[in-house]
Parts: sequence; C-alpha cells; structure tokens
Amino acid sequence: MTAVEERTAGDRSGARTPLLRARNLVQEFPVQAAGGVKGGVVHAVSDVSFDIYRGETLGVVGETGSGKSTLARSVIQLPRPKSGVVEFQGTDLMKAGRKELKESRRQMQMVYQDPFGSLNPRWRVSELVEEPLVGHGQGNASSRKRRVEELLDLVGLDPSQYAKRRPFELSGGQCQRVAIARAVALEPALIVADEAVSSLDVLIQAQVLNLFEKLRRELNLSYLFIAHDLAMVKQVSDRVAVMYLGQLAEIGPAEGMYRQPLHPYTSALLDSIPRVDPVTGAAHRPVALPGEPPSPIDPPSGCRFRTRCPRAQLKCAEEAPQLVERLPGHQVACHFPLDVVEADLPPKPAGATLAPPPVPAQPTAPAQPAPQQTL
Amino acid sequence: MSSKRTAAFPAEDATVSEGVIVPETAGRHRPATAASPGEPLLVVEDLRVQFTRGGRKINAVNGLSYELAPGSMLAIIGESGSGKSVSSRALMGLLPPTAKISGSVRFDGRDLLGLSEREMQSLRGGDIAMVFQDPARSLNPTMKIGAQITEAVRLHSDLDKKGAQARAVELLKLVRLPAAERRFHEYPHQLSGGMRQRVMIAIALAGEPRLLIADEATTALDVTTQAQIMELLVELQQRLGMAVIMISHDLGLAASYAQDVVVMYAGRAVEYAPTKVLFANVRMPYTHALLGAIPALDREPHSLFEVTPGQPPDLSALPKGCPFRPRCSNATDQCLEMPPFTEHDPEHWFACWHPVGSGTGKHTANGEQR
Repeated sequence: MTAVEERTAGDRSGARTPLLRARNLVQEFPVQAAGGVKGGVVHAVSDVSFDIYRGETLGVVGETGSGKSTLARSVIQLPRPKSGVVEFQGTDLMKAGRKELKESRRQMQMVYQDPFGSLNPRWRVSELVEEPLVGHGQGNASSRKRRVEELLDLVGLDPSQYAKRRPFELSGGQCQRVAIARAVALEPALIVADEAVSSLDVLIQAQVLNLFEKLRRELNLSYLFIAHDLAMVKQVSDRVAVMYLGQLAEIGPAEGMYRQPLHPYTSALLDSIPRVDPVTGAAHRPVALPGEPPSPIDPPSGCRFRTRCPRAQLKCAEEAPQLVERLPGHQVACHFPLDVVEADLPPKPAGATLAPPPVPAQPTAPAQPAPQQTL
Repeated sequence: MSSKRTAAFPAEDATVSEGVIVPETAGRHRPATAASPGEPLLVVEDLRVQFTRGGRKINAVNGLSYELAPGSMLAIIGESGSGKSVSSRALMGLLPPTAKISGSVRFDGRDLLGLSEREMQSLRGGDIAMVFQDPARSLNPTMKIGAQITEAVRLHSDLDKKGAQARAVELLKLVRLPAAERRFHEYPHQLSGGMRQRVMIAIALAGEPRLLIADEATTALDVTTQAQIMELLVELQQRLGMAVIMISHDLGLAASYAQDVVVMYAGRAVEYAPTKVLFANVRMPYTHALLGAIPALDREPHSLFEVTPGQPPDLSALPKGCPFRPRCSNATDQCLEMPPFTEHDPEHWFACWHPVGSGTGKHTANGEQR
C-alpha cells in the first residue's frame, strides 16, 4: 500500500509520465423536449481531469447520471468528447487518426456490465476469445488456438470444458470471465471496467473481483474501475474519484479519502451505505442524504452539489469551486471542505438547513460576507 | 431562465412538503395488534414450490418456514435462484397455476394456500401488498400517477372519485413525494427512479395493508435514494403498525433495518434468527461465506476476497444432502445426509452439521481456506 503511495507521489513530481492523462474533458449531448421532459443540452461530463499511472487502479464512484460511464467512453473515444485532452501512452487520442486509434484501443479494453449483452449469443467461447486476435491480425490459426486456451486458463475456465460452449450455456459469472479473457487477449495496458461485476451475485462477484486482482498482479494492468458500490471501489483501487453531476467532487488515495473524506458529498455517500461488520456483526444504519440529483440539463450555478449540501453557503451558488489539493495527492472541489471544522464556517443564513434558499441574482442582504478560505 | 432554474431544485420542493404531514386518514389503518397480542401475523410452514419445465422438475422452494409478528420487519436474504422471490409470490397467489405448491401459509389465522382466486384477490393489495424491484415497469406508462393511485384507492374503499383523489394526494404526501399536488398530474417517465418507487409504495398503501412485501424494492436505486426509501419504509412500518417482508440480496441492508433475518440457499432456509443474534454469531457456513464476499470499507485496497468456489446448484438436479455441500469448506461425508433445520441456540435456527465455530468439519478458524 505504502509502496503505491510512494510511487504515485514520485510520479507526481514528474519522474514518470502517466499511462493515461485526461485534461478538461467535456462531453455534452443535445436532447429534444418531449412529453413534459425538458429539452436542452445534457452536461454529462464537465471539465474533468485525471491521470492513471501504469499498474495503478483508479476507481470512479457516483450516482446514476453522475457521468461516470460517459467519462469511461470519452476516454476510449466512443464517442469522441466535445473538448479536452486524452493522452494515452503519449498519443493524443483526440487528434489521432483511425489507424492510431485502433492501435491505442488495442492497449485499452473495456469490460461492460451486462455479460450476456456483450457477447454474441451464436458464437462459441473459443471464437469469442479469438475474435480480438483475428481483428488485430495476430498469429495464425494454430498459434491463436493455443493463445485462446491460455487465456481461458488464465480467467479460470477449463478450455476442454468451456471452449465449445455458447454464452447461453454459461452462467453470468462465466460470461463475465469470457468477456475478461477477450479484454486481456491483446495484452492491453489499461482495462476500463464499467460496472463489470454489478449484475453478479455476491459470491460470484467476489470470484470475479479476485480475478481482476490476479490479472493486475500478473499482467501489470492498470484499471479505470467504475462502480456505484463505494466499498467495492475502495477494495480494488489505489485512488478514487468521486463524481457528482458530471464533475469531480473529490479525487485522492483510497485509504485516505475513506478515512477522511473532504467533500460533503463523499461523506454523505459513505454514510448512506448499509453495512455490517463481518467480524462483530454490528450494523451501520445508513443516514439518508435528502433530495435527488438535479437535472444535468440545467445544473445548479456554482457548486452543483449545493442544493443538497448541509454546509452550503451563498458563495457556493455564486462561484464554482475548483479542485484544490488539500492533502498530499488528495484534491477536493469544495469551498467549505470537511477538514475545516464547523466552528470556522460562517454562520448559516436562517432556514438554510437542507438546501440554500433560491439565490437571487443580486443577493440583497447576505448574512455574512462570503469568507475567504485560506488553503 | 430563473423559472427554469427553480424547476431543477427538487430539494427545495422537498422541504416544502417534507414537514411532518400525517394524513387524517392514516389513523384508519388498523392497529398493529389486529391479531391478538403475541400471535404472529404470518406463519409459513414447510412451504414448497415446484415447477415443471420441459419435463424437468425445478424445485424452487424446498421447505421454508418462518414467522412474522405484526408490525415487525423480516428480511429474506439470498442469491438469484435461492427461492426468495418465488416463496413470497407463492403466498401472494401470484404463481402460475402450473406451479405445485405445498405446505401451509397462515395469515391472521387464515390458510392462504386454500383460498379461492376471488378471496385471494380481495386480500392482494388489501391486507397484503407488494412492491417490486423495477418501478418503471410496475407503473402504467400511459396513465398519470394520480389516476393510478386513485384507481387503487377506489378498488379498496367505497370513496367516490373526489374522495379517492384527495386520499391519493394524501398517500403521495405520506410517502414524501416532493410537490405531491403537481406530481399527481404527471406521467411515470417524468419522475426519477426514487420518486417512482415512492409512487409504487403509495399504491401499495392504498389498501391499508397489514403486510407489505418489498421484493428487492431498493436494488435498482442509488445508495442515497435507497437510504431514503428504507427510511420511509421503516417510518411507515412504525407509524402504521404494518409488517414488512424485505426480500434482498444485501446482508448489510438486512442487518441495518430488519428485526429478523432468514437466509435462503437453493430454496431452503439455512439460517434464521433475530438480526442481532444472527450477525453476532453467524453459524451457517453459507452465511459466513456471504459476509466474507461483501466488499467492506475497512479492507485494504487490493486485498483479496474470501472465495467460495463453484456456483449455486441446478434446482432441477439438487445435490444429495446439504445443497451447499459441494461449495462448503466444512463439508464432510456426514453432509450427504440433509441436515435438519432446527433451533440449535435459543431463537437461532440453522441447518448444518458442522456450523461455524463448532470446531468440526474442515473449517479453519480464520476462514482463509480456499
């Protein structure tokens, strides 16, 4: 663990370039108004930047609609983001032509949530796993056959038993293993796993997560691991990014962030997980965060979380907080992060317990002048 | 622009309608003790369900027994195919006529399995209501929210249309739907997943049920929304004295909310105890395996999970003896004989020859064995 922290700290000083470097990614989709649902532009991902280093796992968590899947797809350029920079192994993917893009995609593979939906139901397992090798023109028929057997062994499927089967003859967990074999067939550097174990039962999920960990160690893989389960993300990730409504709320080392979350949203997410201590059996009763995420078509001004934030002030409506590094390698986008003790916050305007009042264009009588946080 | 903006402030709407509004009609709910005190509301004994598909007999439920006290919350936990949903559908009379059901289900002294379809219909949505996993598919997409709740209210009361509509709005407020009056005139697609689930709960409450079955009712929701809906269910359970059966795959959820827990595997109850008793001292190796497989916040990054090999058994070809035997690290030849489901410790039932902590079987103390 500490080795990883040291390594990322070393990387930070510029000793090594990141495997993937994303800067100011923006992805937007126009939607038409229909049946009482407003039209406009969905701000799916707004100005997101992060790095992934070789051998490192970056976990991304967030609620439905927070833009975590769109972020993953922006990275692999499906579809291309509206603006920003995606640099993968030194290649700028935003400017890359078809050939360069194909070569880069060989090095980064996706594993999706629905294991049945992502496999052609009429193909046999051996054909499914061979396909990426054929597509990238690797080897001849007999060397590919050997490679397929190797790959099936690697993901824990006995080739003699499973190579001839079709997806409907497999369980969900086995299908996901086939999808993973396909993903690692071309020896990628990065695997983007989008809710890759969410549809599996707990015991099978643990098996597949252990497989991911085994491959990470054996093949020195990096992961962009997207999931809504915070506990799972912590257990697989070196660093974690928390997304809210298309933006990064917080990004930092997994251990540190879970021990001391800096963003009120991260803290609320952690509080809302029902959990039971596997050793003592003590249950943690979740504390509900009130309200729902606002529409990404018309996100709130300033900080997008302010409508649900217990610490929100007028400043939060007026000024969008920027990501600031408050602890080593740990950045947060919040005007009043949680390492600032309650007493140091300005008194709240009356009645602003759950959500701030609608902010007038010109605040007439603010309770307190917006405070200047010293960082 | 500014009017547009306020529309994107659901939290504010919530504060407006989130004062504690107790609809006057809420008092009409029968008190928790409709059955005489101490009497369970629901007693399920040796419930069995068998389907026949393509000549193969699928044993979906193989002897399930539990009791539910009025006003309490029971969690039924299990993986896909463990029979948790099928068993609750059996007691609601929602299985196809081809399903072979045996055993006994007594609700308030009446045997549910012996009821005619007509009697069952008046009970369903009345005394017993159900909320399903997918609120989007449970609601009629072409009908306004209000009309769907009003329909349910009129089915279970003799209120006229006006009265039923007023009651429907009350129900929407009871489930804390933000801006209930406005939402009354909206369609399901205009609501978020959490709001739709609130509407489903409102419809379920229309018949003033004494038992609400929530079948994975929060599985499709985000954790934050899940916490809101569970808080609502607990509040309704306490305020209306309604019993709740919560069907879930999430042990953490059960531990946090339910008073009692049944753990099912391959159609059988394998462990059953009050929540505190169960989690303080898990005895069944299967439950132990489930706990070890849940990602936990206090685990180190890149730590491995305790792995249980294999998959749940094929329900048309169950293994001999204990169904968990092929995957169990404690299993011995004794397990080829079906372990009885009995009350080993006070209030703590389980079906195992070599329970966790017994020192028998091949189990290692730290559970690290592969």
